[in-house]
Amino acid sequence: MRRRDFLLAGSTLAGFVLLSPHAFAQARAAGWRADRTLVLIELAGGNDGLNTVVPYADPAYHSLRPGIGIKREAVVQLDEKMGLHPSMAPLGDAWRAGELAIVQGVGYENPNRSHFRSIDIWDTASGSNRFVSEGWVARVIGASRRAADRLADAVVLGGGTGPVTGSGLRAISMPDPQRFLRQAEGMHAAEARPANPALAHLIKVQHEVEDTAKELRGVLARAAEVRGTFPNGPLGQQFRVAARLINARAVVPVVKLALGGFDTHANQPGQHANLLRQLGEGLAAFRKALAEAGRWNDVLVMTYSEFGRRAGQNGSNGTDHGTAAPHFVLGAKVKGGLVGPAPNLADLVNGDLKHAIDYRSLYATAAQTWWGFSRSGALGDHAPLPILKV
Amino acid sequence: MKLSRFVLGAVLLLAPGLAAAEAPAPTLNADDARHLLVRTGFAALPAEIAKFEALTRAEAVRRILAGARTEAATAPPAWTKNAPELRPPGRMATQEERRAFRMKRVAEGLELVGWWYREMTATPSPLTERMTLFWHNHFTSAFRKVRAPILLYRQNVTLREHALGNFAKLVHAMAADPAMIVYLDSLQNRRGYPNENFARELLELFTLGEGQGYTETDIKEAARAFTGWSLERETGLYRFRPFQHDDGEKTFMGRTGRFNGTDIIEIVLKQPRVAEYITEKAWREFVSETPDPTAVKRIAAKFRTSGYEIKVLLSELLLAPQFWAAENRGRLVRAPVELIVGTLRQFDLPQPDNRILALLGRALGQEVFNPPNVKGWPGGTAWINANTFLIRQQVLRRVMAGAVPGSERQTAEGEMMPGQPPATRQQQAQRQRALERRMAQRLEGVDIDAWYAKLDRRWQAPDRLTALIVAVKPVNPPKADSDPARFVRDLVLDPTFQLK
Repeated sequence: MRRRDFLLAGSTLAGFVLLSPHAFAQARAAGWRADRTLVLIELAGGNDGLNTVVPYADPAYHSLRPGIGIKREAVVQLDEKMGLHPSMAPLGDAWRAGELAIVQGVGYENPNRSHFRSIDIWDTASGSNRFVSEGWVARVIGASRRAADRLADAVVLGGGTGPVTGSGLRAISMPDPQRFLRQAEGMHAAEARPANPALAHLIKVQHEVEDTAKELRGVLARAAEVRGTFPNGPLGQQFRVAARLINARAVVPVVKLALGGFDTHANQPGQHANLLRQLGEGLAAFRKALAEAGRWNDVLVMTYSEFGRRAGQNGSNGTDHGTAAPHFVLGAKVKGGLVGPAPNLADLVNGDLKHAIDYRSLYATAAQTWWGFSRSGALGDHAPLPILKV
Repeated sequence: MKLSRFVLGAVLLLAPGLAAAEAPAPTLNADDARHLLVRTGFAALPAEIAKFEALTRAEAVRRILAGARTEAATAPPAWTKNAPELRPPGRMATQEERRAFRMKRVAEGLELVGWWYREMTATPSPLTERMTLFWHNHFTSAFRKVRAPILLYRQNVTLREHALGNFAKLVHAMAADPAMIVYLDSLQNRRGYPNENFARELLELFTLGEGQGYTETDIKEAARAFTGWSLERETGLYRFRPFQHDDGEKTFMGRTGRFNGTDIIEIVLKQPRVAEYITEKAWREFVSETPDPTAVKRIAAKFRTSGYEIKVLLSELLLAPQFWAAENRGRLVRAPVELIVGTLRQFDLPQPDNRILALLGRALGQEVFNPPNVKGWPGGTAWINANTFLIRQQVLRRVMAGAVPGSERQTAEGEMMPGQPPATRQQQAQRQRALERRMAQRLEGVDIDAWYAKLDRRWQAPDRLTALIVAVKPVNPPKADSDPARFVRDLVLDPTFQLK
């Protein structure tokens, strides 16, 4: 029996002792589905959307990209117009099972082509002229009730804390859970609350380590190593760790993964194919591992990237920074298919695609449809997309 | 010096009105000297503190700036003198030849990392190395893209040459720097086939700051102006290729002409925003995480009218009241390199081997010669997250555990490859184990008792020892009656040891 209590004092359930056989009974009672995990995958550097989800039947595509375009016969056809990059073939199973939604033309008004500013916009769900300091997940979850026995609000396995940055959120960067535990042995966080912000940050991190280590010990005790063939490379490793935590029924609303190297200004084809292979194989292996453990129903996977790339190739067999791009949403509760209009190469603005779907409606889908939050100011008026069965 | 102060004193006596306005400048106490030394270097040793005590702020800052170097004192690896091998073996090469080429680069990269750490630890001018690192984090280039260690070595030499020199010259030097030319794709930037990578970062990161007074069109036009900036394949030196250069008319930031890259830089440097942008960044490095807008404007104006003399900028920053203010002391997080070098210097430790340094840098989030992306390391409190904090503590615990007696020094499998992520999960795990084993075996610990015994008596008192090792009052002050080894260890493991 474990004592379960809630973060917020004064709650009618505070201190309530459950003999629940359901690992997530408490998380469910939080008023939002804190037992559900959102897996965010950052494709850092700006993924080339047109070579990921390819408008292979459009002659304009081939004339814009004579050197780097994906040949019609090479694509994995999705319908009579669109096809996936051949490296993404491992996603075929999920596509046929109707568990993969490909949301096309995702972007925002007045796109910014700076890596840093644009990822900032995506991370914080701000408009292109607004500056917000907290990540969008932190703003959505805000002060909502959390499960006290959660592993963390977010586990970051790759890249920065971007979307989960915020003083209210316990976001832990933890590339290797076992090592984390070994190192956290004997850590005692100070009780002091100094005015010095740098010192306050250090002490806050100490507390996060202590709290997370306490939960992690239990999680790892009931978690077996995950079998299955995950692709070599950093992303495959992150998928494997994520699967292990989730399969051990860790309560963790967000797991963030990242793969870098998408800034393909020169000699794009080989590099991009390798990155997409890691993504495609990783997603397929992850789906399989979770399905076998009976956890696939509780997970929603979503990719994002700071921008797509210019419609035409540049002079270096690569592509420069662009605007809108397609993104993948994957899960057992997903209504699969192509969503949103196909890229219109006849209607470019200075060589760039116009966006059709605001990226914040993807976030709203996660916040409202997946987690069950009511509409909040954090995401403005952007409504969820009808891509989930729940 | 003494005489002139005497004369000044006499003048002041004769002119009481003046004396009221210019009271004799206060001199530094030991804490002030420590603050100045740590903020402009890596550590403050008692002997150095003694040299700066009793100087006025202006004298102390002048002394630090006057000691700045333009060359490394440590001899570089021998291969830096050889003809560079820039091209990997061609199609005809065997598997072994390719592998040998790769391994040679890895070995050279590690030597380069070790060489820079040695220089940082041994230099008589720590500020020169801090500024070289500052510019490395500003005009970034990385192993993972540049590949050839020789180019990064040469870039490091150029950064050091201008580290406390002239910023305008530094911008010009970096635009024509071969490592930069590879890193930001200038190599591919040719007439009719512009590649915007360098042009964009020149404006966004190197001079003006994101969105500050330029347009997307300006970027495209600047990219055209830099076409043809390339390098010589045999020597790895800069070369302008006129046939690849677009010498047509460009319109850039409101001006029109047949501009080349040099013209573009000159136009950019005329913008007042440049000095402010650099001043803000230097403020964050040396003063606090929250630049004071009024002070920044004032300092930037001096920096700009000096023609971008970096010593003017630093002198103004280090003499600003905010630099000395009590509320700004101990409020910056030591970067991983500062923590490593600072600890080595503070406790007079031998330098760990090159692989350890490279692995440590990666684990703590700051691999020199391999910043994460073109924006460099974000720094500040971002250095500390659950993962990096644990590794910092683990490393310091090892160092404080005392020298490990004669353990065997085996070479482990799974060597560090600069810029290459471990290929497989096994390799990654292997490297992690290798790191931990090496840290246990090769990271030499401090013999704290011996270190303490050598300390000048005045620093042996508990309150002075505390003020020497940490910048602010420790969160968990060690007991005054602990033995010295325990006392020092507790201070080093206190969170405040991470601050400067």
